[in-house]
Order: sequence, then structure tokens, then C-alpha cells
Amino acid sequence: MADPLYRAAPPAALRVEPLGELTLIFDRRSMQTHVVAPPIPQILDAMGDDICSAAAIAERLSVAFDIGRAGDAASIIAERLDELAALGLVAAA
Amino acid sequence: MRYATRIAVGPVQFRIGSDWRAPIAAIERLYAGYPRDDARPADAAVRLFAARPWRRWLRPSVHIGGDFTVPDALPLPLSMGLLAAEMGMNLQVALGWRRHLLLHASAVARDGRALVMSGESGSGKSTLAALLGEEGWRLMGDEFTLVDPVSGDALAFPRAVSLKNAAIGEVAERVAPERLGPLLARTPKGDIRHLIPRAEAIAAMHEPARPALILFPRFGGAAAVEPMGEGEAFVRLTEASTNYVALGEAGFATLARLVRETPAFAVSYPDSASGRALVEGLWAEAVR
Repeated sequence: MADPLYRAAPPAALRVEPLGELTLIFDRRSMQTHVVAPPIPQILDAMGDDICSAAAIAERLSVAFDIGRAGDAASIIAERLDELAALGLVAAA
Repeated sequence: MRYATRIAVGPVQFRIGSDWRAPIAAIERLYAGYPRDDARPADAAVRLFAARPWRRWLRPSVHIGGDFTVPDALPLPLSMGLLAAEMGMNLQVALGWRRHLLLHASAVARDGRALVMSGESGSGKSTLAALLGEEGWRLMGDEFTLVDPVSGDALAFPRAVSLKNAAIGEVAERVAPERLGPLLARTPKGDIRHLIPRAEAIAAMHEPARPALILFPRFGGAAAVEPMGEGEAFVRLTEASTNYVALGEAGFATLARLVRETPAFAVSYPDSASGRALVEGLWAEAVR
């Protein structure tokens, strides 16, 4: 089965405020506040406006961060994407 | 309503109506030194009404109403009409205010900077604020602190301080008796006695103060100070705000700015003297 693909929420929908080690995300569509820790903000940044799979995000993150073996990272990112989809911060594409 | 009065506490203008004279008289005595502007429209209305018309005379019990009501709130006996009025005022502000981010927190100010103390009932935030208010600080409020979304400043809500149980004696020995309201014994919240803030605090109630320090006090246990990260302070203050969700993005931005610009600590203290000493030490660091 092909990797699920996701698209991040449009930038205008979110207000992102880094706060120490955590990041606050206010979703203007749901009026909900999310308090997230790494690697969530990095995943959203890496996605940009593109339709991405977990493997593609792992590939992009590996350029900027030392994230170990790409295969392990991709499975962790896939779990996070699933959670982000439940929160409405990414959507299946 | 048969009896009514208006009082202004910080930016909030209340209209309080009652089926009985006694609670209005008690409110007017406590708030006699507050500025009055009867021409200004009321922001919040509080109504104290009899459950049934005849209950005005026969075992009178007070129901609390207003723009917002809590359906399962128990009526209070008339002897606690003052408490009912206070609860009504708190309720209307907690549920209805939208102009500022409202924190369930006490606050005092010195040199134009504010110390904000957030905690549950019993944390000692109210007693600490009352005691500091007698010792060179301006009491901004013992229950609610308002934060302006535009400027980020704290605004005062210096209602009469609600002293509870042991705090009554501790404060009473420091202030003139005419600044204390009647003892309301054995209320659902224990013994309560109101303290009228110092005249300077009332006169300065419209002066904003830039937050300089946020404390989360806890009464009991050894004296301890724990720095709090911005994220934890943010989450705790969303829980301490009654209108964070209602304000939407304005509330989010206001609170994010507050915790980013203001150092926060959790403090434990075994008694008021050590609590005040901790506050003074942390304040000296914060404003240095």
C-alpha cells in the first residue's frame, strides 16, 4: 500500500507562537489552541504547501537535522501525521 | 427591583438590584469610597431575588441572577445577602466580560509594575495580596486580574477583598476596624469578612501596570521556589482564565505575550511571613 499523503493546514489558518521548548498553535478555523513539542513544528515547517508522505518529510528533515536512520524517522513521522490529522492540523491529500 | 445600587470596580460598572434593602446597604457601605458614575450604563447586572414572593418575609432566601445564571446554585439565607451579591458580581464578570483577558488571579503593583498571583481557592493568593496591599504595594485585586489585549498591561479589579477563615484574624490585626465588613460566619465557603482596599488603591484603580512577575503560590509545605517554563505557565493560565476560549485569537495572543515577557515561578510557603519574603526576593530579581 502506498504511503498516505498529507497536506498541512494553510499558513493563514494557523497562528504559531514558539514559547520556550514548546510551540503554541492557534487554529483560526476551529478556534482551538494546541500546545506542541518537537518534532511537530518541524514536521509542519518541512511540509510547506506541498503534498507529502512521511518518507518525503523524513527526507527533508534529514537535510536540516540529524534524525538517524531515515526509515525509523519515517515511521515516527507517520504516527505524528496521524495525530496531526486527528487535530485538524494536517489533512489527508 | 425594589432596591438597587451601582458601583464601579476597575473598568466594570455593576448594577445590583435586590428584593431586600440589607444586601444593598451592606454593598453601599463596603463600596462607599469607590468613584461613582451613575450616568454610565452598567456592564453587568446582578439581581438578588426571592424564590417566591412570600419568601421575602418568611425565611427569606436569596437567589442570584443577572445576565448569566448558574442553574444549580443554591439560594443563600438573607443573612448572607452580601456574599450573594459578591458571588453575583464575580459570576457576571467571569462569564460576561470580553474586553480583556480575565485571569482568576490576584495582583499587586509597585512603581507601575504588576505582580500577578494565580492559584486555586486556598492557595493563599488572596491573603498574600491583601497583606502586601498593607505594606507598600497597591492592591489591584484579590480575585480577578484583567489583561489588556492591546497594551499587554494588567488592569485592576479591586473589589472588596474576601478574607476567609484564618486570614480574617491575620489581616484584621493590621487594619482599622472601619475597613472591615461584617463577619459572615459559616457560609458555604467558611467564615468570610470583607476588607475595603486602601483609599490609594481605589483611587488608582484605573491605572494600568505592566506585568513584571507571575507567581503560582501554594500555601503549606516548606518554602520553595520553582521556575516555570513559558509553556507550562501558558497552560496553567488558560485554565485560570474564564474567558480565554471566548476571546479566541485575541486571548491566545494576549496570553502568549504575557508569558513570553513575564518570568513565572511556582512558590510554596508555610506561612504568610515567608510568603511575603519570597515575593520580595523574587520581585527584586524581576525588576532589576
